[in-house]
Amino acid sequence: MNRAVCTRNLSYSYGDIEVLKDLSFSVYKGDFFVIIGPNGSGKTTLLKLISGIFEPLKGTLEIFDRPMSHYSRRTLAKTVAFVPQIAPIDFPFTVTELVLMGRSPHLGILGLEQERDLEIAMRAMAFTSVEHLADRKVDQLSGGERQRVFIAKAICQEPQIILLDEPTASLDLAHQAMVMDLMERLKGKKALTIIMVSHDINLAAMYGNRLLLLKEGKIVSLGPQDEVLTFETLEKAYECPLLVDESPLGQFQRVTLVPRKFINAHQKILGRGG
Amino acid sequence: MKRIFAISFLMLIFLMGAMFFGILMGSTGSGLKEAVHSLLGARDTNPMLHAIIWQIRFPRVLLAILVGAALSLGGLVFQALLRNPLAEPYILGISSGSGIGAIIGILAGLSRFPGVSLAAFAGSMATLLLLLVMSSEQTILKRDSLLLSGVMVNAFCAALIMFLISITQDSRLHNILFWLMGDLSMADMGQVIILGVTILPCFILLFFFSNSMNLLLTGKEMAQTTGVNIKAVTATLLIATTLMVSATVSHCGPIGFVGLVIPHLLRLILGSDHRLLVPACILGGGTYMVLCDLLARTLPGQGEMPAGVVTAMIGAPLFIILLKRKGR
Repeated sequence: MNRAVCTRNLSYSYGDIEVLKDLSFSVYKGDFFVIIGPNGSGKTTLLKLISGIFEPLKGTLEIFDRPMSHYSRRTLAKTVAFVPQIAPIDFPFTVTELVLMGRSPHLGILGLEQERDLEIAMRAMAFTSVEHLADRKVDQLSGGERQRVFIAKAICQEPQIILLDEPTASLDLAHQAMVMDLMERLKGKKALTIIMVSHDINLAAMYGNRLLLLKEGKIVSLGPQDEVLTFETLEKAYECPLLVDESPLGQFQRVTLVPRKFINAHQKILGRGG
Repeated sequence: MKRIFAISFLMLIFLMGAMFFGILMGSTGSGLKEAVHSLLGARDTNPMLHAIIWQIRFPRVLLAILVGAALSLGGLVFQALLRNPLAEPYILGISSGSGIGAIIGILAGLSRFPGVSLAAFAGSMATLLLLLVMSSEQTILKRDSLLLSGVMVNAFCAALIMFLISITQDSRLHNILFWLMGDLSMADMGQVIILGVTILPCFILLFFFSNSMNLLLTGKEMAQTTGVNIKAVTATLLIATTLMVSATVSHCGPIGFVGLVIPHLLRLILGSDHRLLVPACILGGGTYMVLCDLLARTLPGQGEMPAGVVTAMIGAPLFIILLKRKGR
């Protein structure tokens, strides 16, 4: 099977609080896989398990049909790259220095880069359009620029899977589109598997080819966007008034939040189109 | 790569220069010319000066290099490990732990070397052990808990030191205070060799971890997913650095400020890449300490000042000037 990630009865808890319960699913090679769900549904925990930051407490997690425990940190870093949410950096590295750090798992014992590593970094920076920022300090960049720098670093690791934790969370519309298009191009060009956690259901619908909807650590729905994004599943997961119809672009479901004040006036439209 | 070699080479030249002055100049008041002659091995020089140069100044300069290098590198490592720019080599209570050891040694009437040094080393190792026993795997990986445990151990040991000082009344009190200020005046070749054998392997080991230190600074999760085994790296850095700093402190007391100011100065000038900062801290710290020690023994008309006084009096203003210029 061409499975990139496969979990069986995967569970995880923080102390007594179980956040993931018996998850069994697969992500296939070349998927643009988006994990959605309300706050506290276990999305980020799941991503951290796949990235190797957390170790599974129960169940199995396989990357390319090899159990997680068979990977060393270095081998895992050459297979899976992780792009975190935008976080403050205390020590100011330049953009080039940070992107080059993506080469670390490929370097020898002294950890010094060769010409080839620099070339790979330059190409990654060109790919994410940050080459003009090469000598700038990372802590002086805007959110969108910084996100692209971290994606360039992930590309430098030459992984087969890239994980992203809410990459569009604090970006404006243009930058959201830019980051998502970038990931789509990357998937096409390098035959990568993309796994992303997102709060933006509409972006998930437009870019993801398979969606996983979680609630309270359990799978509500898994499949293509038109199967997952129905009124029934979304209402069950989010427990708030929603409107689901087709996007004016066609092809995609569109999810609209219905504010409380509209509920009585538009009682009838709720549930339509799902 | 090239940059690391070029800058290291330049700093090595500075270090050689500082060594040269450190050996030639001193409180005996003999002329530079005569000292150069003696250094070059000329036969007709004053045997007294020859002895001063080779048996007193030379070991002292070497000791200063080792101490300055170890303290700067120690500060650099702790700043990366704890991701806190205020971290210094004594942050985890190493200095106060060895202080207690040294004071007990002095009170027991041991000789300065090796007796008091060994007692001081035992004290700092006991502190490290206490810290490791106190903290679980989880607290060591969380930067703030390790930092807080260290601060608490430090405070407790400092109180013990105060207590020990308060019950001491005779001439040993002077010895204790002088030890606590940190000084290099007791250097001899045997001591230098023992210290060198202890800390040179630590330098090499820490250089191999310099790329991991870069990654640690981008955050724990980023480091892990870029191939760093956090637990192994944290444990190695913690133990190697503590060993290195403890060895230094036990030989010449807690000389302050070098470990805080040198890594910051070099980071302001050279950037944040630890593959460059590790060799730069070793060479720069050594140079700084040699020069400060030179001032400590030549500035006062009579006797000498503790080296720690000079390192702080020069370091603090220098640092503030650089910080202001960088901020503009």
